[in-house]
Amino acid sequence: MKKLSLLMLVFGAITMLAGCEPLTIFNPKGPNAETLSNTIILSIITMAFILLVVYTLLAFMLTKYRASKAAADYEPPHEEGSHLLEIIWTVIPIIIVAFLAVVTVRTTSTVEARPDGYDNQEPLVIYASSSNWKWHFSYPEQGIETVNYVNLPVDRAIEFKLYSFGPITSFWIPQLAGQKYAMSDMVTTIHLAADEVGSFMGRNSNFNGRGFAEMEFEAQSMTQQDFDKWVMDVKTHEKPLTEEKFNELLTAEHVGRSSYSSTHLEFRPAPMEHSEHMNMNHTEDSTDSETETHSH
Amino acid sequence: MNAKELFHPMQEPMILAAAISIIVGAVVVVAGLTYFKKWGYFYKNWLSTVDHKKIGIMYIAVALVMLFRGGVDALLMRAQTAVPDNGLLDAQHYNEIFTTHGLLMILFMAMPFVIGLMNIVIPLQIGARDVAFPRLNAVSFWLFAAGAGLLNLSFIIGGSPDAGWTAYFPLASIEFSPTVGNNYYSLALQLSGIGTLMTGVNFITTIIKMRAPGMTLMKMPMFTWSVLITNVIIVFAFPVLTVALALMMLDRQFGTKFFAMQDGGMDMLWANLFWVWGHPEVYIVILPAFGIFSEIIATFARKNLYGYKSMVMSMVVISLLSFIVWAHHFYTMGHGVMVNSVFSITTMAIAVPTGVKIFNWLLTMRHGKIQFTTPMLYALGFIPIFTIGGVTGVMLAMASADYQYHNTMFLVAHFHYVLIPGTVFGVLAGYHYWWPKMFGFRLNEKLGKTAFWFIAISFNVTFFPLFILGLDGYARRMYTYSASTGYGPLNMLSFIGGLGLAVGFILLVYNIYYSWKHMPRNEQADIWDGRTLEWATHSPVPEYNFAIVPTVTRLDEYWFAKKEGRDITAGTFEKIHMPNNTGTPFWMSGFFFLAAFFAVFSQWIPAIISMLGVFGFMLHRSFEKDHGRYISVEEVAATEKKLRGDK
Repeated sequence: MKKLSLLMLVFGAITMLAGCEPLTIFNPKGPNAETLSNTIILSIITMAFILLVVYTLLAFMLTKYRASKAAADYEPPHEEGSHLLEIIWTVIPIIIVAFLAVVTVRTTSTVEARPDGYDNQEPLVIYASSSNWKWHFSYPEQGIETVNYVNLPVDRAIEFKLYSFGPITSFWIPQLAGQKYAMSDMVTTIHLAADEVGSFMGRNSNFNGRGFAEMEFEAQSMTQQDFDKWVMDVKTHEKPLTEEKFNELLTAEHVGRSSYSSTHLEFRPAPMEHSEHMNMNHTEDSTDSETETHSH
Repeated sequence: MNAKELFHPMQEPMILAAAISIIVGAVVVVAGLTYFKKWGYFYKNWLSTVDHKKIGIMYIAVALVMLFRGGVDALLMRAQTAVPDNGLLDAQHYNEIFTTHGLLMILFMAMPFVIGLMNIVIPLQIGARDVAFPRLNAVSFWLFAAGAGLLNLSFIIGGSPDAGWTAYFPLASIEFSPTVGNNYYSLALQLSGIGTLMTGVNFITTIIKMRAPGMTLMKMPMFTWSVLITNVIIVFAFPVLTVALALMMLDRQFGTKFFAMQDGGMDMLWANLFWVWGHPEVYIVILPAFGIFSEIIATFARKNLYGYKSMVMSMVVISLLSFIVWAHHFYTMGHGVMVNSVFSITTMAIAVPTGVKIFNWLLTMRHGKIQFTTPMLYALGFIPIFTIGGVTGVMLAMASADYQYHNTMFLVAHFHYVLIPGTVFGVLAGYHYWWPKMFGFRLNEKLGKTAFWFIAISFNVTFFPLFILGLDGYARRMYTYSASTGYGPLNMLSFIGGLGLAVGFILLVYNIYYSWKHMPRNEQADIWDGRTLEWATHSPVPEYNFAIVPTVTRLDEYWFAKKEGRDITAGTFEKIHMPNNTGTPFWMSGFFFLAAFFAVFSQWIPAIISMLGVFGFMLHRSFEKDHGRYISVEEVAATEKKLRGDK
């Protein structure tokens, strides 16, 4: 009866969703998110098999061995257990886990590196940093900065360098890549690329206080020409980001979108990379020398 | 801090209503005790008791109250998110509510329920007359109660913690959480955590040293095994929490920089310390539930537990693995492929011993004679629902895929699918199963079963939609969302499920009242035709548990003795040594509570004076000569005659 209700629930959900778009996670628009989508689908199929085995066994035991079906004087036997069965239900799960472990290690390495097919391309580096309930995007190569929106060229490897000016946040554009934390004392990296032109929801997914629910941004992928044109526009029409203006931005709670023709990295460099962080006792001067290499 | 700020939570109507209900409840209890002139009885029999059974009952009573406190939080959250752009709660109150929901349910509902059942059952199952340190046991309970009281007080005075039950730094630092809410967090958890640590020491000693003659380790009932392993985990895991909370207090109230963003502090250190305790904590609340299911499935299938040795081994393996998986709570922190892969593999490995247990339970039922009693329904409901929680756990364990599940409703659905069918069904199964042993009458089966079906079905209606929402990119802990996301309908479904759960839990508690009024008294001792020693003594159990301590020769001794027509409780009575009741634990914890309360507001002088009170009681205890007392042979004989004659 319970299983029946569960099944109905699943079917209900499926029919409800059938008319709509596929679920966000299963609607990837870039190689990183696609790898993850495939991994998740594979794991769901594997897990469905395990559920089937357990449910079948349970249904069998409950229908065959209920007291109402047994003779009144039936006395169940004493059974110690069976080595053969125990070996079977230990070894098969180990094989399943080993299989999933291989999948995990491979896909983790895939999404933690430059996407396949972009190996010979220099990635576009964008620094994404959070403060209160907003996101700052710095393009050191282009020398521009935006708040609460990020534009990306399609078919180009992109590296997001993440950090935070406060509590831990998590940078997430589900249709392009999995999330990663942005923290105050080190820089983390997300590799991604967008396969097609479009607008995608991006957000902080890690709770960081009162304004958390509204901490969203738009990630828009565009052709290289449109991207270059947009960069030119920002460079020529927007004001540079002064330290004073940036401090004002940092303390504000929520702000709308804005663009600047210089980045905050020039006067407020990003913290260290994770790998460097792990390899050194953090001393004052190392912070400075490390960040200079990224933010020229 | 002025009075207006101090009582700022009360300015919100919802919070005010909750606060009033807490105060009214307390007034009713006090007035009732005064009216019926029961203060003396209450103090002598409950507040100053060292009897493990009474302490266990008090643990469970507090757990049930907290279940409703945390449950109201849950309903408010589901109501707030039931429709898009809802204004029932603002962000601040939503944040306080999901924080206290997590804290209350894990630390002040699941933990005391589990510890309460351990208290009641373990000495009975191993044929002991009490725990190893009865007075310490009372200290454990009263420290826990002080912690629970302190956390609930935050609701009324000063504001609740609002940085999530994980209280990640720097969010939980004084800079980003300037109210006293997170001071309540560090101090309330510290008090109850110290209590839990003492429980760990107490029960390990009890199980190692006080088993009935002949009961070797491999002849112990499975629940006793699960509790032994759980308490070993407690002793290793809780000191980490103690240290982490102390550092948190120093950071917030004394200006240290352990978890600060600058001056050499490290916010990631908190996340690591928290989960080094936090992951084993999950197994602390789940392993005893596994033990309970093992007892119940064997009893109502009328068969011995299948694969006893592999059941023990699998729990030992789970307890070891539980300490080396903590980083899976933050795969997204950016530690490289290598670290994430190692933690993925250790995490997935837990599925293997857990699977062994599931198959052993299923095979226990083969060739059995299954009776569908209320406790058995919970045990049977556990298997299919918990398996969903288990397999989604394996999915989450895959580091790469976790980049998409982390911080989403998928994760929320997963851990509710583990903790509710696992821990909550487990303790509810145990509660129905051992209730007649505690009180001498049954809980009504019909009401019990109705409540079960409400809870089991509503649970799936509430939490299954959250899996789908998570896969659709719905982040957890958002107090609201816009209609354009399309998250509305499934959230509404989830809210309806939440209402069903509320009905189920109200029925569950109504059943106490109904059964107290209507169920026949003086049930026989062995009401379920049980297999373990607790069923060999009377219901309700006399103070000394067993007049004659039974001798054990094999696993399920009592079951085989019944079959062979032996009476394992026969023998000549001797005088019985018992500990004296004492009010010290109650009053000492009272001073602990005061000290912690003043410390929340950084009022150090009164806090230090209160701590002097605590040390005063310790000093008194150090010089006190209390060798306990003896129950004479005549008294034992009279009690036994009365309990036997009644049947």
